[in-house]
Amino acid sequence: MNTGRAYIPGLYIHFPFCRSKCGYCDFYSVTETSLVPSFLEALSTEAALYRGEFTTFDTVYLGGGTPSLMRPEQVDALLVMLRGTFTILDNAEITMELNPADLTREDLRALYQAGVNRVNIGVQSFHDQKLQLMGRRHDRRQALSAIEEAAAAGFDNIGLDLIYNLPHQSLEDWRASLEQAIALHPAHLSCYELELKPDTPLGRKFGRGECAGRSEDLAREFFMETSKTLEEAGYIHYEVSNFAAGMGRASRHNRKYWDHTPYLGLGPAAHSFEGTRRWWNRSSLKGYLTDLSNRKRPVEGQEDLRSEELAMEALFLGLRTKEGIDLDRYVRLYGRDLMRENRHQIEEWSRLGLVEISGGHIRPTRSGMAVADALAMI
Amino acid sequence: MQNIRNFSIIAHIDHGKSTLADRLIMKTGVCDQRTYKDQMLDSMDIERERGITIKSQAISLPYTASDGETYTLNLIDTPGHVDFSYEVSRSLASCEGVLLLIDATQGVQAQTLANLYLAMEHDLEIIPVINKIDLPAADVERVLEQIDSELGLDPATHLACSAKEGTGVDEILEAIVRRIPPPKGEAKKPLAALIFDAYYDAYRGTVINCRVFDGEVKAGDTIRFMSNGSIYRVEEVGRFLLDRQKRDTLSAGEVGYIIAGIKTVSSVSIGDTITLDDRPCAQPLPGFKKVKPVVFASIYPIASDDYEDLSDALEKYKLNDAAFIYEKDSSAALGQGFRCGFLGLLHLDIVQERLEREYGLNIILSVPSVRYRFTLKDGTELHVDNPAHYPNPMNIIKSEEPYIRASMMLPDKYLGAVMTLCIDRRGVNSNMRYPSPGRVELTYEMPLSEVIFDFYDKFKSVTQGYGSFDYDLIDYRTSNLVLLDILVNGEKVDALSQIVHRDRARARGVQACERLKDEIPRQMYKIAIQGAIGGEIISRSTISAFRKDVTAKCYGGDITRKRKLLEKQKEGKKRMKMVGSVSIPQSAFLAVLKSDKDS
Repeated sequence: MNTGRAYIPGLYIHFPFCRSKCGYCDFYSVTETSLVPSFLEALSTEAALYRGEFTTFDTVYLGGGTPSLMRPEQVDALLVMLRGTFTILDNAEITMELNPADLTREDLRALYQAGVNRVNIGVQSFHDQKLQLMGRRHDRRQALSAIEEAAAAGFDNIGLDLIYNLPHQSLEDWRASLEQAIALHPAHLSCYELELKPDTPLGRKFGRGECAGRSEDLAREFFMETSKTLEEAGYIHYEVSNFAAGMGRASRHNRKYWDHTPYLGLGPAAHSFEGTRRWWNRSSLKGYLTDLSNRKRPVEGQEDLRSEELAMEALFLGLRTKEGIDLDRYVRLYGRDLMRENRHQIEEWSRLGLVEISGGHIRPTRSGMAVADALAMI
Repeated sequence: MQNIRNFSIIAHIDHGKSTLADRLIMKTGVCDQRTYKDQMLDSMDIERERGITIKSQAISLPYTASDGETYTLNLIDTPGHVDFSYEVSRSLASCEGVLLLIDATQGVQAQTLANLYLAMEHDLEIIPVINKIDLPAADVERVLEQIDSELGLDPATHLACSAKEGTGVDEILEAIVRRIPPPKGEAKKPLAALIFDAYYDAYRGTVINCRVFDGEVKAGDTIRFMSNGSIYRVEEVGRFLLDRQKRDTLSAGEVGYIIAGIKTVSSVSIGDTITLDDRPCAQPLPGFKKVKPVVFASIYPIASDDYEDLSDALEKYKLNDAAFIYEKDSSAALGQGFRCGFLGLLHLDIVQERLEREYGLNIILSVPSVRYRFTLKDGTELHVDNPAHYPNPMNIIKSEEPYIRASMMLPDKYLGAVMTLCIDRRGVNSNMRYPSPGRVELTYEMPLSEVIFDFYDKFKSVTQGYGSFDYDLIDYRTSNLVLLDILVNGEKVDALSQIVHRDRARARGVQACERLKDEIPRQMYKIAIQGAIGGEIISRSTISAFRKDVTAKCYGGDITRKRKLLEKQKEGKKRMKMVGSVSIPQSAFLAVLKSDKDS
């Protein structure tokens, strides 16, 4: 596996608007789309405030929220602004999240022209009933069409988001969804377990998730089945929830979050990281706009990470990825020799088939990935 | 000495003792409203949180009475839980009188009676005080009748107050001066001082709380502890106001403290008599009982490196808790530790918490046990409070376990439920009495092992808090006992073993396996839990391996929140003990005894 990484920073834009809230989502968003122009203006002010501190990016990720609510002209203008403020490398991965209900083939073509070269389509499910239950505003037909249209518009790096362990979903239902996804040949698949967070409509409705035909015990089955099915279909299970048709198709941007590469996050509630410092913006569009009208960074909080905190992060993040933890880099960056400190424990994991130790790395196996958080407790 | 009054407040739990103590402190101006903290005397955090007094404490209150004279009122606070009646007795020995506090809404309860008897044993002046008269449910008439019929005291001698509101407190202070006799004793006689409490001060060493009966003591004196003959030079004497106030001497009749550079805490035992080395008194003071712990458990450090720290902490802790005893112990599963004796399960709980809070230790306790008695073939009699020392069954000719007499007082509508509970706990020889209409006094003889663990909680729950409970050890009785072992992944965990009655063994085994299944978190692999008697497996449960333990999404860059969550979990994991390859949480060892999930 390729470990010779460049560690060039990534740029994340949080577009905080949604037409409606999905039942499972606890990311920050608002529905007052009339404020989009003000937001985009504030965004360019915010970007300018970081000029000098960040110079070069090799990934841009337009997330949210629902960035596909932007008109293609607005996306174009946004990318032009970013290119004017920072150096976006020529071969940069520029990803945009799409809601299948939002865009026509012409729109998609315009986005491609504007420089977006990777789309991540929020399919979530191929079943209308499940889509309704999650509060999605698209249906199966629109999902299939969006994938087809994106390909026709020129995108060859298409990712699909799917959610499993839904209320009343059987393992067979899910396997059928996976087969359906595989048949569409996406370059990338993100398969998330539905997590019922307390501050979401579904979380409030289904409480602890033991009800509504949804069993916590099945979670592992879903996870293992997903990994097995997709790997058999040729995808690489490169992170807990992420699968790529070859490592070249892995999300270059998201990988930065997992290996302590710096990133700049712009927009409300966005997080940024630079070496040993992490900071995050206010989770309020209003506050965000006010701060930037005063040319003030809309930062809500920050932390300076002590080396043991960095080490802890590198441990739990590394154990989420197929690449695992590069032991030499770990010692170099965090001053801890994992193998020496925890030899007994790690060898035990290895015996239990949870990790493999090879080539100077500790890599989680499929069953290891399923319990990555528990492994990080050493 | 004529102007000294030594007194205690005694009451059933929650009848308002600490609140009244606070009022007396405020009224006498030792502290003003500004420095007043709720329930001054319960100074330990844990007491404040649980709302129960655990340790006795003393305070000297200056008071100018209506006769114009100034008095020193020494208030010795006493604990109020059923586990701590010994501490009450030792404080009472230092007094000439007591305020017997009765809740106007609840009336006389089991501990009211038990405390009254203790006070009578010490021949103390008793002033009945009816508290909480401000509450709508207060029924003073009924309490007066109970004072007459159940306590056998003259209802005309009562005072009424609301400690919460502060009403009636002046009358109480006057009554303390007029009705409680001044201490007797002679300052000229050889020193005789009674240790009723002690604690460890990191800078000064052991601070002894004592009541001087005869003689006097001052800095520079050489004192001798009569129980062991050890000798110390006094550095400082004084009395307690809100903190230590140094004085020149402590003399006959007074209550105060002695600091004598005592660093080795083992030489001070509560209940001992202090005298002067060069002029000793003829014999030690009477009145103190030796406490006997009834519940035993082993304490182990979670990290074996902390063994020395635990050892130090126990030595210091012991000084402040006379009823606590300990000795070295070791477990095949948990390593080096200490076998400890407690007055009851609450006491055990408190010791555990104090060791963790005050000494910053992470400890684990084995399953608590009572002390059993075995007679072996060769005629030897063996006392076993640690299931690990259960003798070879082939050699046992007689097994016995301790029995108690439980005295309960409850409204008669709960009688059926309480009797069912007692019979379920192998209660026999019940007795019933109706001291007043609607109230039952019920006694049962029961094995101690059946009541120490969750009986009190169960009892409170079936009587909805209206029942009171007290018990006395009576004797040992023959019982068919067996050793129930617990195996975790095939490995015997000695700290989880219990000695149980044969008829209950199977049920206990099933229960233990079920409880452990709930308490031990899922781990990387399947864990089998088995109950066994003499190698025969009688129960079994399985903890499945982790299903999935990883969050789906970890980006948007908010790694901080995720890390904090994991750090918290990791902190929790530190409180688990590795037994073989299984992490067992602290809670599991006590949970084994709980009879069902809701208790």
